[in-house]
Amino acid sequence: MAGAYDEMFLPTGEPRPHCLPFISAVDSLGRAELSQRWAQVERFVRENGMVYHAYGDPSEAVRPWDLDALPLIISADEWKQVSHGLAQRAKLMNAILADLYGSQTLLTDGHVPPDLVFGHPGFARAFHGQHGPGDRYLHLYAVDLARASDGRWWVVGDRTDAPLGMAYALENRIAVSRMLPSVIHDCQVERLASFFIALQDTLRDLAKTNRENPRIVLLSHGPQGPSYFEDAYLARYLGYTLVEGADLTVRNNRVMLKTLGGLLPVDVVLRRLSDQYCDPLEVRGKPGLGVSGLLRAERSGNVVIANALGSSLVESPALMPFLPGLSRRLLGEELELPYLATWWCGQEGPRNHVRENLDSLSVRSAFRVGRVDQVPREELRAADAATLARRMSEYPARFVAQESLVRSMAPVWTRHEPRAVHVALRAFIVASGDSFSVMPGGLVRVAADSSELDLSILAGEGSKDAWVLSEGPVPSVTLLQPHGKAELRRGSAELPSRVADNLFWLGRRIERAESATRLLRPILLRLTGESERAALPELGELLRTLAAQGQIEPGFVVDGVKDQLPAIENALPTLILDVKQPGSLRNTVAGMFGNASLVRDRMSIDSWRIVLRLEQQIDTLARRRGVGLGDVLELLNAMIINLAAFGGLVSESMTRAQGWRFLDLGRRLERSLQTISLVQDLLLETDNHETAAMEAALEVADSAMTYRSRYLANLQLPMVLDLLLTDETNPRSLVFQLAQIVSHVDALPRDQGQPLRGTDQRIAISALTKLQLIDAAALHNAASGGVRSKLGRTLQWLKLQLPRLSELISHKYLIHADVPRQLADG
Amino acid sequence: MKYKVTHTTTYEYSANVPLCQNETRLAPRNDAGQTCEYHRLAVHPKPGEMTKRTDYFGNTVNQFSLSTGHRSLRVTAISRIRIHPSVSPLPGTTPPWEQVRDGLNQNRTRVGLDIYQFAFASPHVECNQELARYATESFTPGRPILEALIELTKRIYTDVVYDTQATTVSTPVMEVFQHRRGVCQDMAHLQIACLRSIGLAARYVSGYLRTVPLDGAPRLVGADASHAWLSLYCGTLGWIDVDPTNNVLPGVDHITVAWGRDYSDVCPISGMFVGGGRHKLTVAVNVMPM
Repeated sequence: MAGAYDEMFLPTGEPRPHCLPFISAVDSLGRAELSQRWAQVERFVRENGMVYHAYGDPSEAVRPWDLDALPLIISADEWKQVSHGLAQRAKLMNAILADLYGSQTLLTDGHVPPDLVFGHPGFARAFHGQHGPGDRYLHLYAVDLARASDGRWWVVGDRTDAPLGMAYALENRIAVSRMLPSVIHDCQVERLASFFIALQDTLRDLAKTNRENPRIVLLSHGPQGPSYFEDAYLARYLGYTLVEGADLTVRNNRVMLKTLGGLLPVDVVLRRLSDQYCDPLEVRGKPGLGVSGLLRAERSGNVVIANALGSSLVESPALMPFLPGLSRRLLGEELELPYLATWWCGQEGPRNHVRENLDSLSVRSAFRVGRVDQVPREELRAADAATLARRMSEYPARFVAQESLVRSMAPVWTRHEPRAVHVALRAFIVASGDSFSVMPGGLVRVAADSSELDLSILAGEGSKDAWVLSEGPVPSVTLLQPHGKAELRRGSAELPSRVADNLFWLGRRIERAESATRLLRPILLRLTGESERAALPELGELLRTLAAQGQIEPGFVVDGVKDQLPAIENALPTLILDVKQPGSLRNTVAGMFGNASLVRDRMSIDSWRIVLRLEQQIDTLARRRGVGLGDVLELLNAMIINLAAFGGLVSESMTRAQGWRFLDLGRRLERSLQTISLVQDLLLETDNHETAAMEAALEVADSAMTYRSRYLANLQLPMVLDLLLTDETNPRSLVFQLAQIVSHVDALPRDQGQPLRGTDQRIAISALTKLQLIDAAALHNAASGGVRSKLGRTLQWLKLQLPRLSELISHKYLIHADVPRQLADG
Repeated sequence: MKYKVTHTTTYEYSANVPLCQNETRLAPRNDAGQTCEYHRLAVHPKPGEMTKRTDYFGNTVNQFSLSTGHRSLRVTAISRIRIHPSVSPLPGTTPPWEQVRDGLNQNRTRVGLDIYQFAFASPHVECNQELARYATESFTPGRPILEALIELTKRIYTDVVYDTQATTVSTPVMEVFQHRRGVCQDMAHLQIACLRSIGLAARYVSGYLRTVPLDGAPRLVGADASHAWLSLYCGTLGWIDVDPTNNVLPGVDHITVAWGRDYSDVCPISGMFVGGGRHKLTVAVNVMPM
């Protein structure tokens, strides 16, 4: 594009000198090698599920982030200047906030027009008069930069509320350094970790209480918010508890975290929720978000919130034209970084200028509230010139007009031709000691259409890593640095009740997915095998079990009805892959994936990958046309291995803390219920105890090998029942599950003052005992008595007791509170 | 004139409420027109802690939370207030309204800014040209501000039907303007919106109204609940209150509790609670001359 600055090459076509080491390193790797490595990285990115919730767009709730292989490279000299300017701007923004939320001398002495503050829809009076430690209002700050044709980086926007994007910057770096580890090293690229260490130090130092080992939580908007992936990622990376508003409560002017073990005081809140939604008691935000009483707790000095509530005030573009004056007034310095020329129409002079030059300027909302523009961009884009002019004359103060700028261009890696696209850079700044430090790097977004990048942090076609070169060798740093004297701890981060609830249901859903898969596999094996249907008497029973699980419609197993339906072997692939059919495998996996996404921050990266792979495998197949039984069988085999891998990780890598306990409790409960149903439907409901049905039951319960090693081919119902139900050495047996349940329930936190066992404990014990008291005679009688035998009745009783137990546990530990509501006005 | 005011608010719930957080603005302000000689806030059940602060507008705010389960909550505010009689200026002698409007933006002192902030849109009050047109029928060029204000108050009193069923606390002001029905809060919001739409500074006042049980005289509306009206900044004359619900200039019968940009700044009791099932609200206000 004419006039656009080229990030990598000089106008002569020669590479820019600071890009030379990179270009030669990549040249020596060769195009083929680079392609291959990049394919690996793309897989890695996909497997990590780097997704971004698009705000308010239900049609495309999540989308993968396209990361480009070629970094944006910035020289050491240049970055030194830019970051100095960024730190200055951060200092200025903080000083403006301190004034406007304090004495407001900027208004009385005329440096900021009062209209800009009083007319700001986000200036909630409740934010005024807070006194954060050291007059700090801004701890994290982001600046959107664009390099103009003159080669300088220009400020195009500020983010002071709760800036997003830094986890993507980090994730991009991790991906690219996988591909080019030696290149990153040889090019002496500054590491990003120092930035996050500074953030940790700053937050720790903020604590007024419990200074040695403060409890810091990361307050998220929740899974429906725009940044849940980042929130979970950051919480895990920084080692903070990820919470939503409902996980916190205010008692005696202290912010408390609701955990299984009770309420624990919180010292610092890293806020990722917009300030407008943080305290519904004092600032009416959105239902269900925030913590009532948060501002009061903050005013009492018992908790520190970063950024301070109200920090969003200064991210509105209306403020931009006043910054040079404010810099001289507050810092005694000239503003270092150039910024997009901006006219605020709330003042007469600028308004006239805008009116006369409307053709060459772009109109934007003057104010941002709760992360969105007061006048949405879509509205501005859609409006014709006359409508816009009318709107602007009625509400002039709601608009600014800005000069446009031609963003620089950089090449992106494609398999064919290098292509040049426009570049946007978001830089991150963190408070550090008395000043600010800047992330050496940032989040780069690219797009062929420059104006698309202006829209939001969501916009663009893809992303790039940003490399800031160092003047010398780069020392390595890690986040796990010793600090002060930390106490030894067992049971690590405390478990919010909401998280325990999600883990419990994740356990149940994973087990449900596994039993569904294990039931389907023998059916598909039989349907795809060589035997005639007549030679497969157990198929009917298996299909009935499938219908009982809700995986297929009951009609498929009812004589007279099934003839009117398509043949089961033709219908099955569709039924299995139909996400809308409740109880279908696809539906079960989707539910499991949903639960897993809610507890991402609690899962190891490997466990998350497995869950993601389970979802992606079935999703890919469901999107294909003409899927046959063979394809489904292949999927089932892969799923069983992945589910087993997940189980392995849980049992081998998860510490035996409460989180694990709830996950496992969910699994054990579900497996018990599934085993009971299997035995009832496949073995006890029928009178003809076909060998084939017993074989199928053993297969489904993954116990065929054990049986064969004990009894060879001698299949008899009492022995099968023993193995599936009462054999305490078989980890798949019902009694094994019940024993685990008893020990889990015993270990749940409870009031030590109570002399007797709780109802939940009593139900678990009676379930276990009842099964343990089954004798050999009862197993033998079951063969003739079926569901009416003693064993049959015991199973039926258990089938009613276990859901009761599940409900009791939910009520006692998991459902701590429902959504707070507003009192009718008095 | 001296009053004792008892304001009792009771919430009754059909299910247990394990936690609620509340904020009240029930303590009458002190200003040139009145002195609050005594104020006590009683909450039952007794809250764990009670925090008092002064908000941005100078109102007294009490905050408390209840973290023991309860089925009902009763908040009683008892106040003794002395109202100082004042003489309103002769409407015809007040300055032209444009002069007041143009002066608002000129005064950059703390006091000036505290007035100017009431010239802007706020959560319940929008400003637009339609409302401005309605206002300028009374605010004709050069007209003395109080004369215009009295006329606008009368028009709103006449045009808007008092109707307790037509609106809720969140009904937008433009809906009130179109349907011409509402309660004191809606009329106050509407008149404030009109005044701000032509660039004047108007604030929302919450308080109480004394019933005057004169033989045969009409009973003033709003006597049994808290009441709301507004105040317009009139330049050197300061703030002048008007009550569009009753078409009067408040004298010694109006007791001011709090003021702000609109209802959202001065809500007498606001709160967030958990659980509770359905809840029922009862408000009893008693204004007794002493």
